Amino acid sequence: MAGFVRHRRSKQIIATFSAFEADLLRSLAAQLIELLHNEAAVPARDDDPLAALFDFAGPTEEPEDPVLARLLPNAYRGDAEAAGEFRRYTEGALRDSKSRAAGSMIEALEQAGLPQEPGPEEITLDVELDHEDAQVWMRSFTDLRLALATRLGVEEGDEEYWESLPDEDPRAQAHHIYEWLGFLQETLVQAVSGRR
Amino acid sequence: MDPGVEEDLTPDAITVADTPWVTVVWNDPVNLMSYVSYVFTKYFGYSKRKAEKLMLEVHEDGRSAVSSGSREEMERDVQAMHEYGLWATLQKSE
Repeated sequence: MAGFVRHRRSKQIIATFSAFEADLLRSLAAQLIELLHNEAAVPARDDDPLAALFDFAGPTEEPEDPVLARLLPNAYRGDAEAAGEFRRYTEGALRDSKSRAAGSMIEALEQAGLPQEPGPEEITLDVELDHEDAQVWMRSFTDLRLALATRLGVEEGDEEYWESLPDEDPRAQAHHIYEWLGFLQETLVQAVSGRR
Repeated sequence: MDPGVEEDLTPDAITVADTPWVTVVWNDPVNLMSYVSYVFTKYFGYSKRKAEKLMLEVHEDGRSAVSSGSREEMERDVQAMHEYGLWATLQKSE
């Protein structure tokens, strides 16, 4: 696994994944999409059913799920009313853009040859991204890393703690995935900036 | 390299008097320093030097005012930062 590099002549951003790695990315992205649609972005129901039917405004409360609260944070501190108003008009679009980004990552992996159900055979996939695709992947890697870190409770400077966990600890395994995504993200940023 | 852009590097210069709102980016333990700098160059069009300075402020001081302007402009910037996965808020300039 060498991460992303920029092809010298075509300027395309390329990476090679094993089917296992690509399948893992797909599954993480799919979980993110599900989460973004799960705790529905639905406003509090009005008593008047007709008014409710025409209420296209979004939610005004911060999501309860800590991952969603991190992905869709309050835009104002200490001003619940302004934060609620902002959320009402923007949260739906933000959910959609994050969900679309994760979806286009899945699409690219499948176009690169990732089968629906990867079998035991060893296959590798070459993913080739233009500059715009690379932006989308960067945003999605960020969302996936934020989601994993929030679930794991990652904090600044806690590397020793994670290294001290036994390999068979599922949290250690999830943290390995988190670090792997960080590596992919780092190489992607470097490649897009022309430094790889 | 654009020396004209590189001159106003201080936070004071960013939050000038007639632009009463600022976008503040907060530190988080997840986002990579390289990515945060990249977002500042890409979205705001800042020079690499200015973007890195702001990124280091976020990292070391826990927060940095990264843009200033009208409330509407700052709401757009905050929404864009959220799309990039950065933790951002807007507030009246202090």
